Amino acid sequence: MQIDLSQAAFSMLGAAAQDRLFWRIVVGDETLTGYDDLPLPATAPTGPAPFVYAARYRGADLRIAAVARGVMAGERPQPALILLGQTRDGQRAIAGRLAHGAVLAGLGFFVLAVPLALVFANSVLAPVSNLARAVADRGPADLRPVDHPAPRELAPLVAALDSFIARLRLTLGQTETFIAEAAHHIRTPLATVRTEAEIALREARDDETRARLRSVIRAVDESARSAGQLLDHAMVAYRSRRMDAAEIDLRETLAALARSFAPTADLRDIALTVDPGNGPARVRGDRVMVESALRNLIDNALKYSAAEGAVHLTLDCAAGRVTVGVRDTGRGLAGMDAGALTARFRRGPNVGDVVGSGLGLTIVDEVARAMGGDFALVPAEGGGTLARLSLPAC
Amino acid sequence: MRFLLVEDSPVLARSVRDLLALDGHGVDHAATLAEAEDCLASASYDLMLLDIGLPDGDGRGFLARQRRAGRDMAVIMMTARSAVADRVDALDGGADDYVSKPFEMAELEARIRAVLRRRGGAAQTLRHFAGVAFDPLAATVTIAGETRDLRARELRLFEILLAAPGRIFSKDHLCDRVFSYAECVSDNAIEVYVGRLRRKLAGSAARIETVRGLGYRLTGP
Repeated sequence: MQIDLSQAAFSMLGAAAQDRLFWRIVVGDETLTGYDDLPLPATAPTGPAPFVYAARYRGADLRIAAVARGVMAGERPQPALILLGQTRDGQRAIAGRLAHGAVLAGLGFFVLAVPLALVFANSVLAPVSNLARAVADRGPADLRPVDHPAPRELAPLVAALDSFIARLRLTLGQTETFIAEAAHHIRTPLATVRTEAEIALREARDDETRARLRSVIRAVDESARSAGQLLDHAMVAYRSRRMDAAEIDLRETLAALARSFAPTADLRDIALTVDPGNGPARVRGDRVMVESALRNLIDNALKYSAAEGAVHLTLDCAAGRVTVGVRDTGRGLAGMDAGALTARFRRGPNVGDVVGSGLGLTIVDEVARAMGGDFALVPAEGGGTLARLSLPAC
Repeated sequence: MRFLLVEDSPVLARSVRDLLALDGHGVDHAATLAEAEDCLASASYDLMLLDIGLPDGDGRGFLARQRRAGRDMAVIMMTARSAVADRVDALDGGADDYVSKPFEMAELEARIRAVLRRRGGAAQTLRHFAGVAFDPLAATVTIAGETRDLRARELRLFEILLAAPGRIFSKDHLCDRVFSYAECVSDNAIEVYVGRLRRKLAGSAARIETVRGLGYRLTGP
């Protein structure tokens, strides 16, 4: 039996330069040509399609394709099996090259893409972080609408922020209305009790009744004062969150307050004087808060001064600060300092029978903090106390 | 003096009116802004005491309308709401002053006096007794052409005595009116002021007599 392997077939087989080729043609049980120990497939292939399998041969991994054909040997048809095996070095090398190239290309892309992405992300995200910073920088107290240039894409975010802030303001506003209503409902009946008690006191003849009426009036004053201060305190707390920033002329405010307190001072023949100093005395903040703080200071000074004493208000403007001084000729601090006396409901050991709630200085201190200022209490020269509220000028 | 009191709580209104009446003032009471409007249209007042929260509106708006209409009487707002915010509004809205409820009558009177004094006062406030011309707004007594200033407590003491010459006022009673209730530590405190007032009245026929065991009274010639 003979087999004809054409030149074309050989040249095709030789095309894979790095790989070695092995072949074997078996007819019947006899190897006709090729490597007679090339492994046969585990099961003989059937049908025209090649059967492909892997095998180990002469120290190399082969992929072997086997095709079954029928040939005529003499008169009888004989089964013929053609095996063609190829080492996989070339394939591996190509795969390696491909993989290597892919890695290099990937790396190159990565090296290029990262800075590009950074630049791009920065330029896209800069307005977002600017906006975030603008919101973060305003502090917990500031509930004005967001007034910050932002690109069109961020408009919905800004709108959402603004609507949230507006809702928060509304809630705080409702709280403020509630506080005002609460005050109304507490104070109106107290006013009635006090006035009725005063009438009764004028008409009462016996000492015991008079003493009782006096303690009624005192109790009314105490509850009115506590209620008032609690509500003021709540008001200041809410307002410091809302923080209207108006420009306030402290010289004007102080003069108006001195006028307003003059009759109160007069009741006990206390001389209330103002030295407005000179230079600008403007601060930025909430007018109600500032007035609340100053009222408490002046009220304290008058309360704790003896009859026919003196309360002196001063205004100093230096180094970007406006400092209001309230000096009294009262009973002094008994060794306590501002830190101790600004604690809630804390009063000095020497308050005697002066009506108070222990919240006045707390309010002053909170206003000072909210406005970025500070508050100090020191013994005044020649007795009494000097209270200093210092606020950043604008 | 004649006051218009605009206040919706009837009990408070009555007691404020009674107290002011005790000091010789005439007080008309309006419980609503509509009533107040009627009062203002038909009479003239030295001063209006105006509550902020009234059943038919806000006292501040009412005051603003009155001011726009050219009514220029003195106005003291009474506020029961939270302190400062309303006070700022009240003064911005054209009030001369405000008191927060509850108020001491002496404080209200002091404020009334201060407001009227600031506005130049009413001429008819001058009172004459035993050769003394007393001007409570200016806080002066004029005796034989010589004008002397009174301090606030001397003035209050003289006003109380002058309200009923010849009547005996106990030291306690005078203490309650001249000092705040918490201050009246001893009966002697009032003696100091009686002594000062006597010196201010020197040269006139007005005398402050001590009635042993009972108190003081003002007598004329």
